Amino acid sequence: MFVYILKRIVATIPVMVIVAVFVFLLLRLTPGDPAAILAGDSATPAQLDRIRERLGLNDPLIVQFMRWMGQLLRGDLGTSLISNTSVSGMLVDRLGPTINIALMTIVISVALAVPMGVIAAWRHRTWVDFLVMSFSVLGFSVPVFVIGYILIQIFAIELRWVPVQGYRAPSDGIGPFFSRAILPSLTLATIYIALIARMTRASMLEVLGEDYIRTARAKGVRENVVLFRHALRNAAVPILTIIGTGFALLISGVVVTESVFNIPGIGRLTVDAILARDYPVIQAMILLTAGIYVFVNLLVDVSYSFFDPRIRY
Amino acid sequence: MLNLKSALGTTRGLAAALLTGSALIAPGALAAQEETTITAVMHSGLRVLDPVITTAHITRNHGYMIYDVLTAVDENFAPQPQMADWEVSEDGLTYTFTLRDGLVFHDGAPVTGADVVASLSRWGQKDSGGQLIFDRTASLEAPDDKTVVWTLSEPFAPLLDVISKQSAVPPFIMPARVAETSADETITEYVGSGPFVFNEAEYEPGVNVTYEKFDDYVPRDEPASWMAGGKMVNVDRVVWTTMPDALTALNALSAGEIDYLEQVQIDLMPIIEGNPDVTVEKRDELGYVTIGRPNFLHPPFDNKLVRQAAMAALDQESMLATMQGDPEYYNVCGAIFGCSTPLGSEEGSEPLTGGADPEAARALLEEAGYDGTPVVLMAPTDVVSLINQPVVAAQALRQAGFEVDLQSMDWQSVVQRRAQQSAPGEGGWNMFFTNWMVPEVSDPLINVMVNGRGDDAWFGWPTDPEIEDLRAEFVAADGADAQKEVAMKIQEHVMDNVNYIMMGEYIIPQARRNTIQNMIPSPVPVFWNMTKEAE
Repeated sequence: MFVYILKRIVATIPVMVIVAVFVFLLLRLTPGDPAAILAGDSATPAQLDRIRERLGLNDPLIVQFMRWMGQLLRGDLGTSLISNTSVSGMLVDRLGPTINIALMTIVISVALAVPMGVIAAWRHRTWVDFLVMSFSVLGFSVPVFVIGYILIQIFAIELRWVPVQGYRAPSDGIGPFFSRAILPSLTLATIYIALIARMTRASMLEVLGEDYIRTARAKGVRENVVLFRHALRNAAVPILTIIGTGFALLISGVVVTESVFNIPGIGRLTVDAILARDYPVIQAMILLTAGIYVFVNLLVDVSYSFFDPRIRY
Repeated sequence: MLNLKSALGTTRGLAAALLTGSALIAPGALAAQEETTITAVMHSGLRVLDPVITTAHITRNHGYMIYDVLTAVDENFAPQPQMADWEVSEDGLTYTFTLRDGLVFHDGAPVTGADVVASLSRWGQKDSGGQLIFDRTASLEAPDDKTVVWTLSEPFAPLLDVISKQSAVPPFIMPARVAETSADETITEYVGSGPFVFNEAEYEPGVNVTYEKFDDYVPRDEPASWMAGGKMVNVDRVVWTTMPDALTALNALSAGEIDYLEQVQIDLMPIIEGNPDVTVEKRDELGYVTIGRPNFLHPPFDNKLVRQAAMAALDQESMLATMQGDPEYYNVCGAIFGCSTPLGSEEGSEPLTGGADPEAARALLEEAGYDGTPVVLMAPTDVVSLINQPVVAAQALRQAGFEVDLQSMDWQSVVQRRAQQSAPGEGGWNMFFTNWMVPEVSDPLINVMVNGRGDDAWFGWPTDPEIEDLRAEFVAADGADAQKEVAMKIQEHVMDNVNYIMMGEYIIPQARRNTIQNMIPSPVPVFWNMTKEAE
């Protein structure tokens, strides 16, 4: 197992290098000039050129790339061209809200969706199944910002139970954190509940037809044990995959939700950085996102063996 | 358990209140001791903190929070003393500024003449008006801590107007050690002598910025008027927060989570208009102008007749109506310096304000021998206030017989591409649209679009010696009447030569909770003078 994990980590290095080269080139080929953002609307061409010179944007691409690689190897993500602050500091500040909201979303989604999927499969082709599947279709089809606005209208504006917007860290108190995180998490959860419930149902349906389930039932094992211990455990692999990629997707930034609820997360940071062509920030963000995907996939792969003893590394 | 610290704090506060009896006698007494914080949603997030290196409005607004200026214009565009009084020698060559008493920086150091000299020198490298003054400067010195003497080699009558302007880059006064930073490098220390102190620890670029009242600031005695007069701070903290979603900002204002919204999108107005706790108002009556800029380097707009044809083809009313929707928030106006400014004149602007005239445009095109060269219009898709103009213009130009190539791109691409001097077919362009605040176009020294110095001019690069002569005449003109006369000539020239196409004025409403009172009407939103009552 340890060797497997080590191998996987080593294997990510070429992936990350390719991502880095690709991102760097793509950004430099996109039109847009951070110096123009920095200088504003009435800057003359000569002023722009002096700023570009100072930012090192006039250097040949290869020089810029080697400089960036050198920084990365020293563990330095660089400085934002626009705000002149450290990129790693910005990432740390923005990662907290995103991870917390993502965790809460996944917890809500799993807690609701897995039982929903199990029950739908158990009561296959009954009204329960129909209800769960209708909800999934709805959760998928309604745009996330519409759900967000509806929740805000009901719970923040009409009922006044929670604030309209904003974010507070859990260290500011569980109450303030929870009241602001609940609506965005619920909004995002509608999608993931749909996704996970469908996957759970499909995977469970496959397993429930197996011989060992029939055997277990024939032996008189209680139905909830059959469902949740025997069947669900064997149906877990595809469900875990969906949860893992869902989590990675949530962390890589759910821009619309972050905008609607005014959460200073990394999704918004990425969009702002792209609009301003703030190269060091965009580069770091994409590397971070790639890293999160690699890491979450690794975690998911490793967790397979806990659920399915046949899987060995 | 949930929040031990604050729970303990509350208990302690209660115990103290019970001991003094204040909780029983005056429940409001404790509340009155609380800090007043104004939470404002500004038009954009603050990312650049150096007010000299950029012309971004949000950075200028930040500048007015933490820095002070030597002199400032009042609501009549007249320069007034702010940090300093002045005297001008009879020959108009020597300006002597005397700093008033009690000026200190946020780090406790007194403001000296040396700080002023360093700050003005850095600003003079960046600002176009400043460059003109420094071209005529023999010396700028501080003979003592309280005095600054600016000696010119030839008279520059509008000197005070230039250093008192509120936009785009006002000469903010910084400590000399900060102002000695190169003008192409951003400063890294944000110490001013203005009414608010920047809270660096709580600053999150593009998200939040916090200012605290500067207790040692000594306001002037005169009543506040625009950027001039007494800056009395009646609140403890001001927090600017960025909300990328316009509807979220309105909802937050309705729910009392924020106090002030700098810009309300016109199409969202019905949501908030019926709210009794909120006031929507036009605080900046001058507003903005929207303009079209032709490229003088390439056909067909290198031909004056074709530019005139474009002007005849375009129509302010339809463009403004598409942009703003509600006529209460726009104003047909042909004055290139703005309709309600001292230099504003609508002389010769009928082709613009009198509606489109496709027939006249066709005739002009025929006279010019227009060969159907496509006109490349750059159309940004991500800036709400700039989406409609190119689309409306494309339609009007086509009706008048132009071939139009409307190219959609994001604003950043427009910004980079408009700096390209190559031909439209090789990455260049023929026309783009942008917006300015009226004070940014209100005179020939500030308005970059009337610069006619070819490659050194603003994007579009007109080589126009006539307008340069007129600008020199404006600098030499002594007195308001003489200046106005030159401004009229510039207006006529621009209408004839079509240096740019003035597409009218518009106003962006602002909204506040009713608990916020005594705000100063001003193009720059300022947070002095205002008071906040408990809800």
